[in-house]
Amino acid sequence: MTGNEAIAEAAIRAGCGFYAGYPITPQNELTAYMAKNMPENNRVFIQAESELAAINMVFGASAAGVRAMTSSSSPGISLKQEGISYLAGAELPAVIVNIMRGGPGLGNIAPSQSDYFQATKGGGHGDYHSIVLSPSSVEEAYGLMFDAFDLADKYRNPVMILGDGMLGQMMEPLSLKPGKVIHYPKPWALIGCQGRPANIIRSLLLKDGALEELNLKLQKKYKAAQEKEQRWEEQFTDDAEIIVVAYGGMARIIKSVIRQFRQKNKKVGLIRPISLWPFPVKAFAKQTRKKVKYLVVEMSYGQMVEDVKLAVNCSRPVEFFGRAGGAIPAEGEIIAAIKKLEK
Amino acid sequence: MDKIYAHPGSLRNTTTHYCPGCGHGIAHKLVCQVIDELAIRESVIAIAPVGCAVLAYDYWDFDCTEAAHGRALAVATAIKRVRPQNIVFTYQGDGDLAAIGTNETIHAANRGENLTVIFINNAVYGMTGGQMAPTTLAGQKTATTPLGRDVKIQGYPLKISELLTQLPGVCYVERVSLQSPTEIIKAKKAIKLAFENQINKAGFSLVEVLSPCPTYWGLSPVKSMAWIKDVMSKEFPLGRIK
Amino acid sequence: MTNKIIIAGYGGQGVMLLGKIIAEAAMLEKKFVTWLPAYGAEVRGGTANCMVIVSDEEIGSPLITEADTLIIFNEPSFVRFKNQVKAKGIILVNGSLAGDTSQAKAAIEKIPFTDTAFKLGSIKVANMVALGAFVAKTGLVRDKTVLEVIEATVPKDKPELLRQNIAALKEGMGLVKQPGKIEVL
Repeated sequence: MTGNEAIAEAAIRAGCGFYAGYPITPQNELTAYMAKNMPENNRVFIQAESELAAINMVFGASAAGVRAMTSSSSPGISLKQEGISYLAGAELPAVIVNIMRGGPGLGNIAPSQSDYFQATKGGGHGDYHSIVLSPSSVEEAYGLMFDAFDLADKYRNPVMILGDGMLGQMMEPLSLKPGKVIHYPKPWALIGCQGRPANIIRSLLLKDGALEELNLKLQKKYKAAQEKEQRWEEQFTDDAEIIVVAYGGMARIIKSVIRQFRQKNKKVGLIRPISLWPFPVKAFAKQTRKKVKYLVVEMSYGQMVEDVKLAVNCSRPVEFFGRAGGAIPAEGEIIAAIKKLEK
Repeated sequence: MDKIYAHPGSLRNTTTHYCPGCGHGIAHKLVCQVIDELAIRESVIAIAPVGCAVLAYDYWDFDCTEAAHGRALAVATAIKRVRPQNIVFTYQGDGDLAAIGTNETIHAANRGENLTVIFINNAVYGMTGGQMAPTTLAGQKTATTPLGRDVKIQGYPLKISELLTQLPGVCYVERVSLQSPTEIIKAKKAIKLAFENQINKAGFSLVEVLSPCPTYWGLSPVKSMAWIKDVMSKEFPLGRIK
Repeated sequence: MTNKIIIAGYGGQGVMLLGKIIAEAAMLEKKFVTWLPAYGAEVRGGTANCMVIVSDEEIGSPLITEADTLIIFNEPSFVRFKNQVKAKGIILVNGSLAGDTSQAKAAIEKIPFTDTAFKLGSIKVANMVALGAFVAKTGLVRDKTVLEVIEATVPKDKPELLRQNIAALKEGMGLVKQPGKIEVL
């Protein structure tokens, strides 16, 4: 299965009841898979008239208490930011998949990681965060979709799966394991007011102090997520003198590179953030050895590197190597960047 | 003695925040009366727009959500699709439905979504301070057409209801007015039919309501009603369009 | 052992499907595999390539900078990928369409993918001719497994299409001058 198809299949198995999307490369296989398989499973699929309509349809389905998702790629995700902000403000769960492509503007359809800031720092207006998960294999993408729906319901917050074109279009073997699906009670959902006071879903709060109160509530929620939901993978960090930090498809290339260094007994390791927000600062707090240097490698010109610097609080050197605009850092370039740090 | 008029049960007993002479109060009440008469309060899900009526849920005692500006029909589409047994309606102003939300409006109508739309046309943006709306009349002065709307520069009043009648997915479109008790009774009948259509799964129904905005028309409430009758309804003729 | 294959040609030549069949056959033979496509913006007639990795161990990067095998369908693809192959690697080139291939970095074998397919009655099975050549040349996957995958891929209600594909595969296998087992490089 391709990453796109694995994500779609996992969504259906995780109980996604509503999908709306709009065509954009490189995530079209996902929409096509949903178009075929959602109706077959008695779920709702809509090809929306725009990304704006799609995300606002997700808002509606979620308000009605149904697990809902949309998917797109970078330019389309920019359009969806309006809806994501409203989802965060109205505390509605939703899953948004961004299979990133090169930007800015229309850019190109090659893999890219240039939307890290947009995904992790809010993206739309207002003081909010989406929970952001980044898979680096088809199998992991499948598994993380179950987590995405679960976290969305648990925190009543939008969750974004941040992948890149490489992951979306790549095919790998996948075993379709059943995932964990918890049914969260949704007493706030709009189903008609029979036997209870009317429910109102809103993000407009004009009364004195009401909006601050909502913001404080959101911040409390984000703090809880920061404590409980940090996820990462590490390799050879026990003795590593250089730790390369990379996520998603980029981390796979790093793994190949690290294997080569280890074969020569060079102490190079990897931290691969899986939750990009909350950022896995705990992975860096564990590294108390004085000798460690970090190299952040991204398919961007330096976005996640800022979070790494914050995580190590400038106590260790943090270097960066990246290429973007559809260019992917090559193994040779990464090896050179690591060797530069060895000196 | 028979009781022939009462406060609708689904209209909350609260003080209005709307301006004196505003049409929203009447339109809200008509919607509530219809919902009570059809005994559907417990299955209604309403979508409030962005505009003066965003606070409609302060008056309506049934399930309600906000939608981003212009997106009410996208939100409503999804709610109705996942909960087809519920009665779903949007209540939108002219800016919401016919400017920023034109795309959502046309496509929901074209898909023939089984929804009810109450479209309040008062020819002006109220909430933001009286700017030109897509339905502002030629020559009408607003905050952004201080010399009056010049159709050569700002285009013509947009007749979205007439446009929608071209779409096969649209079941029913009628334009009504709040200008007089007679017209208000007609308006209520139209709104009722639009809800009945949904109950009967007949498809997309829209009622355009010509509604007064004395504040931004710069007229008294009484003169505003006369203006709908003498001026506005000449540009936007009343009656069933489809 | 890890084997990296780049397959490139025009969109519409069946480049992606060829890669998928190799990947799926290797998967059935319990190997680790990745298949990574890259397209131009056009669906037909643009450039298309895919990268397939088959390995006994977990695969890191699905990207290939230096391939063990190139399967090339046209001249532009040859120009683009001719340097992305190991010196001891293999280049299978479509003799029907590729022009000047004198600048090859590794051993090259020209096979008329397109002409052979044309003779068999459908230009569309050129990719199967190439697949046959690949199987015979490298022995990376067994022809039996490849047949299994083809049978599962072709719609059941199109027996004529299946027959054509299998004929093309067998024809391709026979066209290889020096069939062999892949060397561990």
